Amino acid sequence: MPEQKTCLGTSALADAAVSCGVQVCACYPITPTTGLTAGLAKHYANGKIPQYITVESEFSAISALVGASATGTRTFTTTGGQGLLLMHEVLFSASGMRLPIVMAVGNRAVSSPLNVWNDEQDTISQRDSGWIQFYAESNQEAVDFMPIAFKTAEKTLLPVMVCLDGHYLTHAVEPIEIPTREEVDKFLPPFNPKIKLDSENPVSLGVYAAPPHYQNFREDLAADLDASLKTIMKYGEEYSKYTKRDYSPIEEYQSKDADCVFVSMGCMTGNVKAAIDDLRAKGEKVGVVRIRVLRPFPRELLAKALAGKVVGVIERAISPGAVPPIYAEISEAAPDAKVVSSFHGALGGRELSRKEVLRIYETLKKGKKVNEWITQDTDALKRAETALEE
Amino acid sequence: MYAPGHSGCPGCGPSTTLIQVTDLLGKDIIVVNATGCMEITSTLYPQSAWRVPYIHSLFENAPAVASGVAAALKAQGNDHTKVVAIGGDGSTYDIGFGSLSGMLERGDDVLYVCYDNELYANTGVQKSSATPYGAATTTTPSGKVHHGKETNRKSIVEIAAAHGIPYAASASISFIADLKMKLNKAAKMHGPRFIAVSAPCCLGAGFDGGITMKVARLQVQSRMWQLYEIEGGRLKINFKPNPPKPVDEYLSLQKRFKHLTTEEIAEIQRRTDANWERLMTLEKAWLEPAATTPKA
Ligand SMILES: Cc1ncc(C[n+]2csc(CCOP(=O)(O)OP(=O)(O)O)c2C)c(N)n1
Repeated sequence: MPEQKTCLGTSALADAAVSCGVQVCACYPITPTTGLTAGLAKHYANGKIPQYITVESEFSAISALVGASATGTRTFTTTGGQGLLLMHEVLFSASGMRLPIVMAVGNRAVSSPLNVWNDEQDTISQRDSGWIQFYAESNQEAVDFMPIAFKTAEKTLLPVMVCLDGHYLTHAVEPIEIPTREEVDKFLPPFNPKIKLDSENPVSLGVYAAPPHYQNFREDLAADLDASLKTIMKYGEEYSKYTKRDYSPIEEYQSKDADCVFVSMGCMTGNVKAAIDDLRAKGEKVGVVRIRVLRPFPRELLAKALAGKVVGVIERAISPGAVPPIYAEISEAAPDAKVVSSFHGALGGRELSRKEVLRIYETLKKGKKVNEWITQDTDALKRAETALEE
Repeated sequence: MYAPGHSGCPGCGPSTTLIQVTDLLGKDIIVVNATGCMEITSTLYPQSAWRVPYIHSLFENAPAVASGVAAALKAQGNDHTKVVAIGGDGSTYDIGFGSLSGMLERGDDVLYVCYDNELYANTGVQKSSATPYGAATTTTPSGKVHHGKETNRKSIVEIAAAHGIPYAASASISFIADLKMKLNKAAKMHGPRFIAVSAPCCLGAGFDGGITMKVARLQVQSRMWQLYEIEGGRLKINFKPNPPKPVDEYLSLQKRFKHLTTEEIAEIQRRTDANWERLMTLEKAWLEPAATTPKA
């Protein structure tokens, strides 16, 4: 039985990294994942992680893992917000070289203006970097994602981001089941890549590819990322045998018989579900589909789940100058939905309250296509102001 | 270990550096290369000139990638494979400078070799912070008002040494015995080691590829590039040209200095002499530390 610990999300993830047999970490502190950066350092200090590189930037953190992963070790790091944006160029290099690095991202708003609170603009802006992206609703789910992430990464040779909402999850203390090393070992085999930097068997990695060849690499990457969905589902099912929790790429909550269905991601789904419970009690046929895996995008599962529904996509990201990103993708993936609307915002730590979900539902129910900002209800504003004063 | 068939120009100084480095260090190494001419000319898919394990990620992260390789080798209990990072002066002095500094400060077990051609060759001859005062590049052209680069180069070896690393040295492809001695010495040490090798670029500096070695030699003989080592806090000049050649003899072979006026050449001579005196003073101070200690 996995041990249950009441702790911060970041602390649980540090323990999970040890249970996953991580060999090399390289981290640079940034709110909201400084706790994880320090937690991993502590495990290194106690001999539970063999190598921990105290790099001078996030850019070097992910670069160091490129080297360590290419040399054949299991690697892990963490960041969020500005740190992830600074990594941008290296993210493509890592996926292009097919290095199975795993990174926990504490989702954080992006500057300017500076803001250390939560939204998902950081990871969503990196969605084309060739990384698999998991989004957790709870700390338990983030911890559960870790072994699945490593196993998927090492099988598909694709890097994985485990995304958890900054503060809401990273700074939440709750009871979390953390698997032991022995338990993970039963699920996750040792990392033994066929191709690695080894002086007995020299290879050249990260080469220069001209027009006759470059696109072939990109085609392979795209095809393998698409195909990784099956692997993710397989390992999710396998791991759920240990935990009795579900990890399919989408979660369908009260949505099967619903007329109106929200699409959401991450921990704000908690408030969406609470509002749905209220509405269901009043006889409203409403549900939510939560995206667990944004990359590869589970198009077919979404198409099926959303066919014939009035759909409202709620997301914590925007694409200035265009429609919001997840809304755009859902619109393309679910042609049989009755209508798809966008509700975007809850940025920079603004709460998506249950009350606001109920307000959105009133708009959605009318069945007309809308594209609007999530507004801040006055109670939530008061709560935020009080929290700041404290 | 660096095979013929790479696409470096005839007379390419940096390619010579790679041949020397890999031949001397042997098979049991892992090379981490930054973007630049040496990466482009050695790894055009589906071929590779590298007979040793090789990785290239980006222009500005070779030191950090090398740190990761070194950490992975440690995690695997491998205490024999040497990690060698190779970057041009663009990646070393400029865009990867922070990454380099981090690697040196952390004490990572990496031998860093900078092949220094004093410019960005790969993108078509732009200025780097290794470009010497007066040189024309496409971003410091010679015009009516501005006459080439208006600032001095960075003293990268001293900067590297200031991290307190075990070994920092400058070398030149035209002084092969000295270069080999330094590579050999560095190879036997652990921790971060830094060697900047002057390796002129015929295309970028504007001279015939047949005289690369001559140009490289004159650069040292005129003291515009100095061969020295900094070890355990002491600076030692390995070669003291006596008498030195006038800088003009070196400058006049290259198109990038063609625009210089007599006064500007005199200014370069003045700066070169002053820098040499400065190095001599450092050598003296470090050789006789007691003499410079003030009385209590
Ligand atoms: C982030 C980034 N900026 C710019 C470039 C373009 N670029 C590639 S190589 C290079 C110059 C390399 O100069 P140097 O390190 O001196 O090596 P050399 O080309 O002289 O061998 C530049 C500017 C790049 N690859 N990446």
